[in-house]
Amino acid sequence: MTAATGIGARVLRTEDKRFLTGTGRYVDDLPLARATYAYFLRSPHAHAKIKSLDTVAARAMPGVVAIFTGKDTADAKVGGLICGWVVKDKHGQPHKAPPHPVMALDTVRYVGDTVAMVVANSHDEARDAAEAIKVEYEVLPANVELSKAFDKGVPEVHPEAPGNMVYDWEIGVKADVDAAFAKAAHVTKLDIVNNRLIPNAMEPRAAAADYDKGTGNYTLWSTSQNPHVLRLILSAFVLGIPEHKLRVIAPDVGGGFGSKIFCYNEETMVTWAVSRVGRPIKWTAERSESFMTDAHGRDHVTHAELALDKDGKFLALKVDTIANMGAYLSTFSTAVPTYLYATLLAGQYTTPVIYANVRAALTHTAPVDAYRGAGRPEATFVVESIVSKAAAELKIDPAELRRKNFIPTSAFPYQTPVALQYDSGNYPPIIDEAIAIADYKGFEARRAEAKARGKLRGIGFSSYIEACGLGPSRVIGQLGGGVGQWESAQIKFNPTGNVQILTGAHSHGQSHETTFAQIVSDKLGVPIETVEVVHGDTATTPFGMGSYGSRSLAVGGSAIMKAADKIIAKGKKIAAHLMEADVADVVFEQGTFKVAGTDKAVPLGATVFAAYVPHNYPLEELEPGMDENAFYDPSNFVYPSGTQICEVEIDPETGMVEVVNHTAVDDFGNIVNPMIVDGQVHGGIAQGVGQALMENAVYDKETGQLVSGSFMDYTMPRADNVPSFKLGNKVTPCPHNPLGVKGCGEAGAIAAPAAVMNAVHDALAPLGVKHVPMPATSLNVWQAIHGGN
Amino acid sequence: MYDFAYHRPKSLAEAAAALKGKPEGRAMSGGMTLIPTLKQRLAKPSDVVDLNGIKELAGIKVEGGGVTIGGMTRHADVASSPEVKAAIPALAHLAGHIGDPQVRNRGTMGGSVANNDPAADYPAAVVALGATITTNTRKIAADDFFKGLFETALEDGELITAISFPKAEKAGYMKFPNPASRYAMVGVFVAKTAGGVRVAVTGAGPCVFRVKAMEEALARNFSSDAIKDIKIPAGDLNSDIHGSAEYRAHLVTVMARRAVDQANK
Repeated sequence: MTAATGIGARVLRTEDKRFLTGTGRYVDDLPLARATYAYFLRSPHAHAKIKSLDTVAARAMPGVVAIFTGKDTADAKVGGLICGWVVKDKHGQPHKAPPHPVMALDTVRYVGDTVAMVVANSHDEARDAAEAIKVEYEVLPANVELSKAFDKGVPEVHPEAPGNMVYDWEIGVKADVDAAFAKAAHVTKLDIVNNRLIPNAMEPRAAAADYDKGTGNYTLWSTSQNPHVLRLILSAFVLGIPEHKLRVIAPDVGGGFGSKIFCYNEETMVTWAVSRVGRPIKWTAERSESFMTDAHGRDHVTHAELALDKDGKFLALKVDTIANMGAYLSTFSTAVPTYLYATLLAGQYTTPVIYANVRAALTHTAPVDAYRGAGRPEATFVVESIVSKAAAELKIDPAELRRKNFIPTSAFPYQTPVALQYDSGNYPPIIDEAIAIADYKGFEARRAEAKARGKLRGIGFSSYIEACGLGPSRVIGQLGGGVGQWESAQIKFNPTGNVQILTGAHSHGQSHETTFAQIVSDKLGVPIETVEVVHGDTATTPFGMGSYGSRSLAVGGSAIMKAADKIIAKGKKIAAHLMEADVADVVFEQGTFKVAGTDKAVPLGATVFAAYVPHNYPLEELEPGMDENAFYDPSNFVYPSGTQICEVEIDPETGMVEVVNHTAVDDFGNIVNPMIVDGQVHGGIAQGVGQALMENAVYDKETGQLVSGSFMDYTMPRADNVPSFKLGNKVTPCPHNPLGVKGCGEAGAIAAPAAVMNAVHDALAPLGVKHVPMPATSLNVWQAIHGGN
Repeated sequence: MYDFAYHRPKSLAEAAAALKGKPEGRAMSGGMTLIPTLKQRLAKPSDVVDLNGIKELAGIKVEGGGVTIGGMTRHADVASSPEVKAAIPALAHLAGHIGDPQVRNRGTMGGSVANNDPAADYPAAVVALGATITTNTRKIAADDFFKGLFETALEDGELITAISFPKAEKAGYMKFPNPASRYAMVGVFVAKTAGGVRVAVTGAGPCVFRVKAMEEALARNFSSDAIKDIKIPAGDLNSDIHGSAEYRAHLVTVMARRAVDQANK
């Protein structure tokens, strides 16, 4: 019964019925009686003083219910938005934490900064009134270019962060690295920019709030990846509404990619204003607002150097990165370019010493925070770019250079020089499999054939490592994280035998409703159609940390396994009573309790019924009911790894790059649903190809206007930009979680940019091109070929 | 969007009457540019005169070996028309690559030509084929029609009723799309008709333009080799995050050559 729906089965997604038939329920779909609609007036300037703000005319506009400004929230002592991860700089000082008011007070700091909130009977009336608000700005020079953010004379974003420096952080011992470089036979140097990305989840951010005057209870519906954490932040730091008086619901959410982890101004304001307005308030971002105000991703400027000995063994790596934080520190922004980035710089290699210096800069741009992979794609791009560049310089096969430096399989658990201890891995068979699938041997023939057609063909490798499954709480705490990173689960049988799994994780595309049900179906032997997964509501689910960092299965799934163990343990006691046997003799197999060596058997359902109708039940020793809670805190991160091989063809006349082949072989540990995992890899690669070839958030360097502020100018990858992916997988089970699983949600996006860019560089090498900036748009490639513009 | 008065006339005369004396009034055909503009509050017309109720404006007729296409004819209908495919296959090809299926089934030739977006495809075909634009008041030659960025010879209240294209002996259209919007970053239409050889470029400049040097070279020898060394100056061309003026100038020659190759197939 369970084999077809258990762990390892390609079960079709339960949630697709409602998504494909248009019956999903998103925040904007909520019918709220007497609802009002919020519209946010935003700054048109990157940096300006608000000289005056006049709402008199706007308040008299038709349909206007209320208008709130920064003065109102300051007078009401609304707390600022927080950054929940304290990064200590190289001198042990905590990062500079400038205030992040929910509405601008006297200064606006990026295009899109929140100036006023209009609440009206309709969206259009709110917008009309917002246009009638008179704001007098004194426009100030803006600090937009990341590489110049620390220069003398550049305008400061906040006085609390002199010189725009949030922190100057380091990891590793610089003297050791310098000593290794002194002995190097070869040094490869790399200067790269990791282009800034705009997340563009399909569903824009939205928030709706209601307030019950009688009970004093607030409800916030939000497009959140982590409703419990959002409630905690709003309660403890921002609004002061006690946690038990605030219910946060994240219903169906149409994609997040990290951008919906954070606590944003708009959902805060909607919740704050609802008790003042006395009617529900709804807000849904327009797409232009998503472009302007969703936390952006990546945006690093990096110089790296790799030292090698005469045999091509890596001796040392040093990395110098400036990371853009934007105008305010978003919820987890500080951790992304430090603990989620520099700790990954060992990659799959035995590089004995590594030093990284990361300086975080404030600029007059939208806040930057975690985006699919969060730090790890940036690290992989550095490592895998410099390894391929070294291979090209030394004329060593790029696969061979990687193999030569792989951490040997016998060396796990492996302590890297940058804090992490890799729990498991087996890298050589992965690259071998990728090479076989990609027909690496046949590449030169394909290159020659392409050349005959006038195309430049290139091939690129990327062997990534990822630390995900966030994470061991104690370690997170030692590194400055302000939260635990365990996950919760509750398995609740109903008297009739069907099951609800309540999880603290949140699905916004990850298919938890299918994957988690498979685990319970497999573990408890219940039909999958009798299992319901409940998530996303602080009133119904146990406190949990939500979904990001490829953590839901490794941490949340493990919590489900623990809860299932408790169900089995209790069921055994009930079954022993029913069968008049000793508990020690009872075994559980495929949904049935049996007494070993006899034909005595009681199905799980019978123990559930007995637990709810305890007429024949050991009430003296055992509580009734079949409802078990578990919390799981992992002992380590999980470390998925893999190799991607990309092949591109470039039209040298136009500079147009086409991805013609893309292979990915991953080790995600055990796999619960291969179809869903393939889908995650496909989506991740598409996003990685997007970053490599197309996507780029561009601000005007002088004015700070967002030039790529719509799909007219921000290039999203589309189906015709990618080939059919060729996938493979190898399994090294995670040794420290009960499912033996690693994360799969970010891997594609982590590995792909380097694979694609290495292929681009390989294709252009015959023309003498040394560097193409990412994204390798046709313009950038053409300019690289022609040496300038 | 802001409020406006909506009209849905049943005849051309009613449409002209609805627009008369309304300098802030706008005619709407497919609405593929106007509606997004309204939704983003970038336009605030007093009146919107919806031409979709006027049956006489749509349709394709064969005339004198060429085709006359009604102003309200959808791109999808041009793309799939046996008459257009027979007379000017490159025009059908062009229409089949405008926007996406939704746009092609809604957007119209007249709307596109009247809007004169610098990155629209049709202006290149209209100019290269030496088409004639018929309005409710007169006929306008293609060379006299496109005046500049979003600017045409149309007077207030003047509506395109049809566009007549001569049969092409040879024609080809090659577009290098903007990677984000997929509008033409550079689109080159080459045509050899009874009127001679013409090369028209869209997307690269503020308005569609002809490349006389290429026309002369192709008149002597209609092959891509004939124009491979003809470079156009970058000076007046568009420049944005997707393509510098120099890159666009370069692409004009590449796309022109490929359009000629396509025409010769």
